[in-house]
Amino acid sequence: MSAVAFENVSIIFGDRPASALPLADAGKDRGEIQSETGQVLGAHDCTLSVEEGEIVVLMGLSGSGKSTLLRAVNGLNKVARGRVLVNDDGDMVDVASCTAARLRRIRQRRVAMVFQQFGLLPWRTVAENVGFGLELAGQGGKERTETVKRQLALVGLADWGDRKVGELSGGMQQRVGLARAFATEAPVLLMDEPFSALDPLIRTRLQDELLDLQSELKRTILFVSHDLDEAFKIGNRIAIMEGGRIVQTGTPREIFSNPASDYVADFVANMNPLGVLTARDVMEPGTGNGAGEIAAETPIRDLMPRLKEGPLTVTEAGAALGRVTSDSVIARLCANS
Amino acid sequence: MDWLTEHKLPVGDAAEAVFDWLQEHGGWFFDGMAVAMEALIEAILWLLQTPHEMLVVLLFTAATAALHRSWQVPLMVFLGFLFILNQGYWEETTESLTLVLSACVVCMGVGVPVGIFAAHNPGLYRFLRPVLDLMQTLPTFVYLIPAIVFFGIGMVPGLIATVIFVVPAPIRLTHLGISSTPKALLEAADAFGATPGQKLWKVELPSALPQIMAGLNQTIMLSLSMVVIAALVGADGLGVPVVRALNRVDTGLGFEAGLIIVVVAIMLDRALRWKQ
Repeated sequence: MSAVAFENVSIIFGDRPASALPLADAGKDRGEIQSETGQVLGAHDCTLSVEEGEIVVLMGLSGSGKSTLLRAVNGLNKVARGRVLVNDDGDMVDVASCTAARLRRIRQRRVAMVFQQFGLLPWRTVAENVGFGLELAGQGGKERTETVKRQLALVGLADWGDRKVGELSGGMQQRVGLARAFATEAPVLLMDEPFSALDPLIRTRLQDELLDLQSELKRTILFVSHDLDEAFKIGNRIAIMEGGRIVQTGTPREIFSNPASDYVADFVANMNPLGVLTARDVMEPGTGNGAGEIAAETPIRDLMPRLKEGPLTVTEAGAALGRVTSDSVIARLCANS
Repeated sequence: MDWLTEHKLPVGDAAEAVFDWLQEHGGWFFDGMAVAMEALIEAILWLLQTPHEMLVVLLFTAATAALHRSWQVPLMVFLGFLFILNQGYWEETTESLTLVLSACVVCMGVGVPVGIFAAHNPGLYRFLRPVLDLMQTLPTFVYLIPAIVFFGIGMVPGLIATVIFVVPAPIRLTHLGISSTPKALLEAADAFGATPGQKLWKVELPSALPQIMAGLNQTIMLSLSMVVIAALVGADGLGVPVVRALNRVDTGLGFEAGLIIVVVAIMLDRALRWKQ
């Protein structure tokens, strides 16, 4: 069963969303719809399902509707048409039409969120911020203190609980944001460009930490990013958005090797291929000289140092598929640019 | 031009009619309000006048010290009180402090909830703003007249006039504080499932606290500025000797009482300006 499912979701900002839907259905773009109806198209006809334990990255340029779509999952954005289903203890609830009490329950226990600008309460200490979600859900006293302590240790801020959040660096503040989201034990995490406001080194480190935590915690994560390298690193699957519509959904490899449109191809051309390609992608027909064998899924980062041994035979389940040579690697890398 | 002056709009008559109607039909309401305010004033006055004056002075000094965690400001407050005692204005000072404190209780009690409500209903605030402007710009003497009609003379009409003049300040500042709560924080609260009440108490009020405290400071200072005007409708306090000095053209008495008001104002202002 999926943890979150978007079914033909349209989101329109304005006072008469219904007036914009027919135009959007006719395939008009955001500018045309705005000049004709005064409504702003946020997202249109998006269908996507996120399986339990999966990380799906919504990816696109700014204004492509990725955050807009993400924020529909916990009802921060209103849905004009379609359904946003969230698994609430085995019960798929449509967030767009459920009661206020049900929505609050889902926000308190099923879906937590991490914000780009952290969204921490500056007058509170780190520990009080981490416990915020639990406090709202009515969990009190000792139990909350224990949970908060555990979460702080998890994100490496065990000694910082009594500090005010303003005393922390950006990277540490976002760790507090992560701990706050983890603390409610919500199975679904929404992450709205959580690392975009951080400098590159800290960003990479937090991405690694998130992946480590995920291997332990196994949450379902819906992650918004405008950075394809980040999306490829973090996502099990990626949904690429343009002008409010999802233009391609697939695993990083599928997108890399088979971009659905020029827009996607542009993204792909600008990313670092070393993070995605495997031996399978760079092999050519033929066999190696027996110097070595290599599994088909080996990333080329690990493969390249071994090329000095001579051509390598690519194998899968014991069978030879082809070979990798320096030339074949270079040929594949050139194909993308 | 003649035509214009011959057809004078009946502004004065209209105001009188409104107040007559209010007096006739709302008498029970104003009587009830007078009783409540009288009780509040009596209670505060009792608290300030029953203990020995040095005890009260020490309590105020200790409270200042607790707020400031330094010695300069509490020392200044203490010396200020000694000066007041030395000049023999202790009773008048406690009466004026009573007026200020009662005005604080009423203005904050009314102003903060109204400010919150206005921040949550922008339409209401559009209607409220000209009313607040009117309350602050209408010369205070003008609404002293109906205050006497409704409440007689004494502390209560003085308090009413003070409240009318002062209450716009905490309303405006609370409105400002609540409506400038960062949207990101409200969203974070929503995302974690806050009820409207939780959002108010855990996000909006703490975020607006600096402005609300500024409102309290304004309330106290503006109330103090009404001390002399309140004396005109029979309120006790430091305004009484000032009015008496004016009637008798007694320069010495006027300066003496005026200086005490300044000292009280400085003490209150400094004492309330602590670091948040």
